[in-house]
This record gives sequence, C-alpha cells and structure tokens, in this order.
Amino acid sequence: MSLEEPSLRVAVLAGGLSHERDVSLRSGRRVAEALRAAGCEVSTMDADAHLLPRLSEETPDVVWPVLHGAIGEDGALRDVLELLGLPYVGSRPAACRMAWDKPIAQSVVAAAGISVPASIALPHATFRDLGAQPVLAAAAAWAGFPLVVKPSRGGSALGVAVVGDPRDLARAVVDSFAYGDTALVQQHVPGTEVAVSVVEVDGEVLVLPAVEIVADGGSYDYGARYTAGATEFFVPARLPDDVADRVAKAARGAHEALGLRHLSRVDFIVPDSGEPVFLEANAAPGMTETSLLPQAVAAAGLELDAVYRAVVQSALAG
Amino acid sequence: MSQYPPSSSPGDAHVASAAAGAGAAAAGGTRLDRWLTSYAERTASMTASEIRALFSVANRPEVVSLAGGMPYLPALPLDAIADIAARLISEKGAVALQYGSGQGEEGLREQIVEVMRPQGINAHPDDVVVTTGSQQALDLVSRIFLDPGDVVLAEAPSYVGALGVFRSYQAQVVHVPLDQDGLQPQALEETLLRLRSQGRTVKFLYTVPNHHNPAGVTLSLERRREVLAIAQRHELLILEDDPYALLGFDGDPLPAMRSMDAEHVVHLGSFSKTFAPGYRVGWAVAPHAVREKLVLASESAILCPTSFGQFAIAEYLSTWDWKGQVKVFRELYRERRDAMLDALATHLPQASWTHPVGGFYVWLTLPHGLDAKAMLPRAVTGRVAYVPGGAFYADGTGGHSLRLSYCFPTAERIREGVRRLAGVVQDELEVMETFGGVPTAVHRAGRAGVDNPGPELA
Repeated sequence: MSLEEPSLRVAVLAGGLSHERDVSLRSGRRVAEALRAAGCEVSTMDADAHLLPRLSEETPDVVWPVLHGAIGEDGALRDVLELLGLPYVGSRPAACRMAWDKPIAQSVVAAAGISVPASIALPHATFRDLGAQPVLAAAAAWAGFPLVVKPSRGGSALGVAVVGDPRDLARAVVDSFAYGDTALVQQHVPGTEVAVSVVEVDGEVLVLPAVEIVADGGSYDYGARYTAGATEFFVPARLPDDVADRVAKAARGAHEALGLRHLSRVDFIVPDSGEPVFLEANAAPGMTETSLLPQAVAAAGLELDAVYRAVVQSALAG
Repeated sequence: MSQYPPSSSPGDAHVASAAAGAGAAAAGGTRLDRWLTSYAERTASMTASEIRALFSVANRPEVVSLAGGMPYLPALPLDAIADIAARLISEKGAVALQYGSGQGEEGLREQIVEVMRPQGINAHPDDVVVTTGSQQALDLVSRIFLDPGDVVLAEAPSYVGALGVFRSYQAQVVHVPLDQDGLQPQALEETLLRLRSQGRTVKFLYTVPNHHNPAGVTLSLERRREVLAIAQRHELLILEDDPYALLGFDGDPLPAMRSMDAEHVVHLGSFSKTFAPGYRVGWAVAPHAVREKLVLASESAILCPTSFGQFAIAEYLSTWDWKGQVKVFRELYRERRDAMLDALATHLPQASWTHPVGGFYVWLTLPHGLDAKAMLPRAVTGRVAYVPGGAFYADGTGGHSLRLSYCFPTAERIREGVRRLAGVVQDELEVMETFGGVPTAVHRAGRAGVDNPGPELA
C-alpha cells in the first residue's frame, strides 16, 4: 500500500458466547493480523456488555464481525450495527437469517434452480407430539442409510453425525437437540466435498477456486477442521473444468439468491453426475489457520491482507 | 489493486484457472502442516476437540463455571505477597533471578519437609525434588518409568492431567474402581494379578488419596494400609499425588502412604492449591535412587525449577502465617461445598453425587440415560459449565457422570449454577423421555481426540 492511503480504523469483533467462541477468537486474531499488515488500525472487541460503549468511544470506520454461531451469524448483532449506523463487513441481517437457518437457506437456494439434498426439519415438538419411534422410522425409511443428522442452525460441524447404523439414529437426533431445538435429517449425498469462497472486491463478486476436502476417517468434523494435518485439501478441487465451472456458478447463484454480501463460503457435495448439491452457506466463514477461505484466497494467487482490506473498503462503500 | 485478476475477465472459471496458473496449487493435496509425516507416534493423540472448544465459553463472566479447578486467589493477602516479591528482588534479586539447583533450593526443600509433617511424613530435604508444579513431577516419573505399552493402574475416575501424561508416554491406563472410601484394595489386587498373569508390565499405581480429583472422595486409613500391603506383597510402586491434603474440612489430614512406607511410594505435593499455582512450584519425595533419576530427568527437561518462584514461596512460608492462610482457604471452600451440596439436594434430587470432606470437587452421576458430554452444548447455551466425566477415564467410559467444582465461584454463584444445571438436566431428560429409552452413544469415526480441558480446568 502507498503511504498516501488513509489509515482505516477497523473494529474486529470476535468471541461471543456461542459454541464456536474458540473458533471465532482464532479467526478474529487472523483477520486482525492481516488487516494490520495491510495498514489498517485494528482493535479487537468481544461481543459482550462492553461492546457498545467501546464502539461509541472508538468510532471505527468499519466493524468486522468475525463471530461464528448464534448472534454473530443469525443477523442479531448486525441489526444492532445497523441501529448504530456503523458500516460493517458482511451480509445484512435478513440475509444472515436466511443463511443461518439451513432449511430456509436450502429452500431459497433450491428456488434459484440449484440442487439441494432432500431433507426434513424436525423440531423436538414433532417427536414429542407424534411419538419418537414412528417419526424416526418414517424419516429413516424416507432418507435411507447412511443419512445425515445436524442441528438446523450452527457451524463447525458441531452436533453433526453421519448415521450408518439405524440403531445410532435416535442418539444422533438427541445429540443434535443439545445444540438447538430443531434437527435436520438429510439424505446422504455421496461425492466430493467442496467449499467455495466468494469475496467482493472493487465492486466485483469474485468466486474463488473451490477447495476440496478429504478428511481422514471420512468425516469433516470438528477435530478434522481444527487439527492441522487431519484433513487433506486440494485447491483447486480435483474436478473436471466443466464441473468446476458449474460449481462456481452455483456458488455465485447461492450467494446472490441469499442476498449475501462482501464475503461468504458456500459448501457443496459434487456427486458423480457433476451436478453440485448445495449444503449450506456461511455468512461468517472461518478465518483460522486451517480454514477454507484463506486457502482459496491463496490459491487464487491473491494476497490475504489485500483482499481483507478490499473487503473492508467494500463495506465502507456500502 | 493490480494484484487481482483483471476485472475484464469474464466468468468464474477464469479465477480458478488463474489460480492453477499461479502455481499456488500443488498436484497433490495439502494438509496445512509441512511436518505431518515427521511427528513421533506419541503425537497422534494431540488433536483439536470440540469439548475443549466449548470450554472457551466457560471462562466468560456470563457463564457460571463449575468446570474450573482454579483456587480462589482473591482470598490471598496480595499486598503482603507483593511486598515479599519487591523485597526479594531488591535484596536477593541477583540470586533469585539466577539459575538454581536442578533439585531445587535447599532452603525451600527444608521447608517442604515441614509442610509435609502434618501428614506424618518424615523425610529428609535430600529426598525432595522441586518441580514445576506437581504436574512436572508426574511427567518426570512417567519419563523415567514408562515404556510404550506399559500399564499404569489408576482410579476410575482419575485426574485428567495425569491421564494425558501417561498417554503421551504411550502407556496404557487400566482403571481400578473406587467408592466413598476411595480406591478399592481388593479390586486393585485382582487387577494387578490379572494383568501380570497376562504378561503385562504394570509399572505403578497412580492415586490421589485425599479429596480426589475428580471424585471428591478420600482413601480411608484402613485402605491406605491395605493398598500399601498389596504394594509390598507384589512389589508395586505407588505414585501418591497429594495436592489437596491440607484442604480437609474436618480435622487433621490422614497419614500419607509415604509416612508408612518410604520405599514403595513416590509422594507428590504442590503449593498450587494451598498457596498459588502461578508460581508453578510442586515437589516429589522419592526413594534415593529414584530421586537421583528424577533430578537428572528434570535437568534435561528444564535445567532447574523456577528460582524466583522458589525464593518467593520460601519467603512467604517463613514470614507469613501460611497455616492461617490455608485455614482461610479451608473455611472458604467449606462454605462453598456446603452451598453446592445444599443446592444439589434442592434442585437435582434425581441425580446422585459424592460428599467431599475437602478439596475442590463433587462427582455427580446423572439420571439414567443422560450423557454428560452430549449434554454440554445445552449447558453452555444455559450459561453453566462442567467437565464431562469421560475426560477422567482412559477407556471411553464415564459418560454418565460429570465433575462439578466449588473452588472458584462464590456460594451465590454456585447456587445459581446448580439451578441452571438442573434446568439443563430437566430439558435433556425431556428429550430422552420423548425418545423413550437410552440410545447408545454414537462413537464418531476417526480421531481419538484428547478431551482434556485446558490448564485452568484441570
């Protein structure tokens, strides 16, 4: 950067009280470090009772919420930033709300003509009122095994189980309810797992190269995500050109259909047919050492510092 | 912004191909760790764990943490300790900040002998090795005794920090059950004989006899004698880990096993619970040949234990009424123990728990069918934290129990925390009732993750 560029003051919000606090703190440190390297003045703040006084005292040019889970991703915190009139990085509250709720996100993305896995959202009340065994049996008969059980909201694969044995189904649903009141039962789509990061730079939406994920043991769970070495990544994904093209278009399509802004990560399974199947979109993608978006930025031949600064400038531009 | 792909390039595929052209992508995959194939075998168990991640919320003030194992340091005479530190540096700084003896400062070792006297231990200062907390003593004893595949006997449940050390030396822990009176001697003998008849090499018994972490029970005097008799009969070394001995609420501490047998026992002590863990000063008392090896092992690991910490503690012990301070801690923890037991009886009658007579912990067994680890995310949402029982077992069991600590939160916070926990248990029970049974736990494929909590929770 040149010396003439004005120093941008950025407040990076990290932490929060969600199950993903630890991931958020690590993501936040990486973002803060990159922005400092890019010449920004950065302060980091937790999302707690001190946040609003600090924001009004420091009046940053831009706020970057690097908060995963709960109020960080469900739009609630962004609503407050809107109230304060502070420019912020990332999607607006309504878009966050849609992306955060996986069943809603899948409906919206499916309406845009992108494949989604067959899934049903089952609140605890459904099991309680209709009887757990018949509902489980119906879900199992419909989805077949293996199937996927996950909390309808949440990230970092917390509470997610791939169930291969019918005897494990009830336990998986119960475990998922510890994270939230609704469980998503989803047909398992065999194929290549890819994550596509989308960043907005200089008014242009860039779809970065897909990152292919091959987890040891087959499951990209919490340990696989945050233990360096436990997962093998291929960037760009080992997909034929035409399939890679379809994946990129689907990522752009999902980003736009959900009304996401500045940056997002869209996760797909690519089965043998080559037709990408949308799993979920993340309005606050992970930014840790082992996260996918930073890898995609590097694979695109871009500098992380510069991209983050450009994203901040996008936020400033509105 | 010239480093970006030219904006005139149409389509998304371009960025992907530009990336390939940029050479950023290798033909093979990346594992984000250049040294992955270089690690020692023992490193394999060191992985990220979601349990550990959930604990990062536990330290927030909004959450009542019944998970921590931190002594309540606000009760210390901090001004007096500050004066001691200032005086130490101005008067003896050139020594206190210098390298010291690998075995530890002789003056402090003499004082440690006195600190152990209420437990009936008659030791010589030469028998004492000062370590970086008793955790390092655990590491040193493991280092000099354990080969991969050796067996360590330990109570079920057992201190999580010790299990981690034994695993890092690739030893296998075999648990021996305990009850309200501590380790069960008969089960110990049976287990030992069974393992030996299978040709297994049992190197030592690891035990926390007083105010057990996490079980909150104390080994009775009679059983201490029985355990020693077994050790003598079968030539078994006992690693007596004893940081809570002086924190009993009812009268004098029981005699340590080391007080009855100096040859079969390595005794570990610590200033972390009775004074302050930040100094990182603990010790081992060992038979002379073992002690020699511990000193050499310690020198190779750290050269010498903290000089400053040792001098500061020596000054504190000699200039302050440290026994009075331990009494202050005892009264404080007794009041909090009472608050916890009272709140449990009020709010969680459907669970069962131990009734500690000292130390920091209550071991709670959940109503039938509940899994403490699976329930933890619900607890975090409910703003209360505990340590799931499975962390204290090396064999994957213990899931229906959990550890509650009463050492750090105030009595009022403890009552609030137990009230929240009761709500969490109630909600979890409702879900279990909906599912009309006890589904087996899902053992997720792949890694054997370390569910160790961090230092502040150990």
